[in-house]
Amino acid sequence: MLSRTADHLYWMARYIERAENVARVLDVTYGMSLLPSDASNDEELWDSVLEIAGVRDIYEASYKDISAAQVIQHLVMDSQNPSSIYSSLRSARENARAVRVAMTVETWENMNTLWLEFDQFIKQDLTQSGLSEFCEWVKSRSHLFRGVCFGTMLRDEAFSFVRLGTFMERADNTARLLDVKYEFLIPMQEANEGAVDYYEWSAVLRSVAAFQAYQKVYRDAIEPTKVSELLILREDMPRSLHACYAEIMPILRQVAGSRQTEAERLAGQMHAKLHYGRMLDIVKDGVHHFLDEFILANRKLGEEIQRNFLSATA
Amino acid sequence: MTQTAKQFFDEMQGYGGNVRGIYQAYDRWLSAVPTQQLAAKRAEAEVLFRRVGITFNVYGEEDGAERLIPFDVIPRMISASEWAHLSKGAVQRVRALNMFLHDIYHDQEIIKAGIVPHSILTNSQYRPEMVGVNVPNQIYAHVAGIDLVRTSESQFYVLEDNLRTPSGVSYMLEDRKMMMRLFPDLFKKYPIAPVEHYPHVLLNNLRSVAQTGVTDPTVVLLSPGAYNSAYFEHAFLAQQMGIELVEGQDLFVRNNAVYMRTTQGPQRVDVIYRRIDDDYLDPLVFKPDSMLGVPGLLSVYRNGGVTLANAVGTGVADDKATYIYVPEMIKFYLGESPILQNVPTYQLSKEDDLAYVLDHLPELVVKEVQGSGGYGMLVGPTASKSEIEEFRLRIVSKPSNYIAQPTLALSTCPTLVDQGIAPRHVDLRPFVLSGKTVSVVPGGLSRVALKQGSLVVNSSQGGGTKDTWVLERDDVYADQMQSQMAAQQLSQEAVIC
Repeated sequence: MLSRTADHLYWMARYIERAENVARVLDVTYGMSLLPSDASNDEELWDSVLEIAGVRDIYEASYKDISAAQVIQHLVMDSQNPSSIYSSLRSARENARAVRVAMTVETWENMNTLWLEFDQFIKQDLTQSGLSEFCEWVKSRSHLFRGVCFGTMLRDEAFSFVRLGTFMERADNTARLLDVKYEFLIPMQEANEGAVDYYEWSAVLRSVAAFQAYQKVYRDAIEPTKVSELLILREDMPRSLHACYAEIMPILRQVAGSRQTEAERLAGQMHAKLHYGRMLDIVKDGVHHFLDEFILANRKLGEEIQRNFLSATA
Repeated sequence: MTQTAKQFFDEMQGYGGNVRGIYQAYDRWLSAVPTQQLAAKRAEAEVLFRRVGITFNVYGEEDGAERLIPFDVIPRMISASEWAHLSKGAVQRVRALNMFLHDIYHDQEIIKAGIVPHSILTNSQYRPEMVGVNVPNQIYAHVAGIDLVRTSESQFYVLEDNLRTPSGVSYMLEDRKMMMRLFPDLFKKYPIAPVEHYPHVLLNNLRSVAQTGVTDPTVVLLSPGAYNSAYFEHAFLAQQMGIELVEGQDLFVRNNAVYMRTTQGPQRVDVIYRRIDDDYLDPLVFKPDSMLGVPGLLSVYRNGGVTLANAVGTGVADDKATYIYVPEMIKFYLGESPILQNVPTYQLSKEDDLAYVLDHLPELVVKEVQGSGGYGMLVGPTASKSEIEEFRLRIVSKPSNYIAQPTLALSTCPTLVDQGIAPRHVDLRPFVLSGKTVSVVPGGLSRVALKQGSLVVNSSQGGGTKDTWVLERDDVYADQMQSQMAAQQLSQEAVIC
């Protein structure tokens, strides 16, 4: 297929996934902010949201201080913020519009309906009670998007690049979330003589829809190491790094055809690390260190995918 | 309103007497349906069109706002006998125009015969780059849109020929799909010729004009991209034909061939159905700052390494300055008399014509040659005094830039507007396809001027569209059995020539 078409499909899926993950974090953080706590804690909470989304610089250019209303505004509606839900959904739809031929009619209509419905939300005040409903909507739209792709698209390259986009973005988002929360919560835990903040860690799990999975897998109190293991190494946990790379690997094998690509090699290397790695070793070297390396390697893989398949070089 | 109905021929009411034969069954149906119900159907259509994304962008509007072309739920009908006449005439015209294009870029017999003046070679749409270039099957206008208007029961005129990158066929197809969805019962009543096979005919034609020796040609559709006003149509046609929708940046030239960039490496392209104007095709030959085209494309094309549809240089044949010679072309190349008539036209480069036109501006329509989209145009009867005077100055400063025609009493068709059902002016653009054969799918784009009294039907000027019903037979009271039989015969009848 056309490189440009593959590029649009890949980014369409990435932007949808990004919007979903921002919505997940916002929703859970808003829930957290309703718990009784002192104001400084609240500020740190919303600051970590900016950190997860990687938009603190852009935020600081527009706002002097951190407040829930401003952060929500910035991450939901701000067109200046390329990672806001508004920007992500708009980019997803623009990408879809550019290659509507390459997707099924139902996939396109689903993307277009998403954008038309979004218009209704823009008119509401989302900084208050409307936020949860809005985040639910973003999530369900993202589910619908994956469902309509899965249920209607021919299993050809177009489908492969859509899926590739989803898992590349998801891997990045899960790693960032865990990294920021880990850095934020572990020092607090040490200050509190080792008491694990149940609400904080369960919020981390909830924001990747992993709370029930944790209960099922561990049948144990919530522990940071186990949360990390679930989100990094468990292949059966759909938003874990391992699960994402288990999807990415065969896709890159398939789209490369008879060629050998650097993208496939990098993905294989990372997959092996996740597949055969042990939590024990990761903790020894530092979870933060591991996640930082992962985020960089994942970005590098993204660049190789761009170079090997998506860029318009002859 | 009644005055309008008397003054203009109405597709349904004629001159205000009895409802015309083919419309009688529809009229009975329509009078039984409350107007609110029609309005509800129209609203339903709008929701569906928006969901599908059948929108266009208007040039010069803020941040490329996407708009729907208004869709009218009342169809425009054409009887079987009318269609036989119109389609035959349109095919004849396109055959002659293709022969003219071949001639004008080769031996120029028609100039030597003194029928078309030598000055045509200085027309800005004439492409010297095409002189001596041989295109497959000598076809230049693979897709032609012939704009027809009606002024009475029996009088149709050709308003203009569109031979460059004519658009609008997606509305013919989508309007039909919509009407079948909204009013399935009407399709049982009427023997309406189907149009859905248009993309199939087009693809077959495009494949047939690949260079000799190519057995399984790769056909692509070249679009300016998602921000072009006709992008929906480009995407729609590419999808219907199952071909790649490419932009200039997707193609490149190497070793006298055109390739597209794919995830599996370069792939050779044989036929390009291009929806980009000549000027933007190749920055090395035409506009050097064009980002839409492919550097080197024209050189490959001239050497026969790729086929372009439509060919480069067709603009010289559909220019308003050339239009007046088409009836003569038909006689010259085909030895036939023209089936369809031109609108009487004054050439302002001629002194007598110029004098007459300047004296009668309030009655006439003055058009810019080499113009399109209804922008460079004066409609005398509806223009204000100052508009007329302003246009007069433009004419006087360069008369040869203009032609003038009498204001035609364009036929009207009942249309659902805010005040209810009222007559509005319509035109018709059937699409003539040339490949191994020349054919017209039975239907076309019916455009309607939604503003009361307006004669300008362009979508960029607030026009809407209607579904066009070409009837297979004119005895519309026939029982269902017969209409089913007619549907089976259709595949043979669709190809006219």
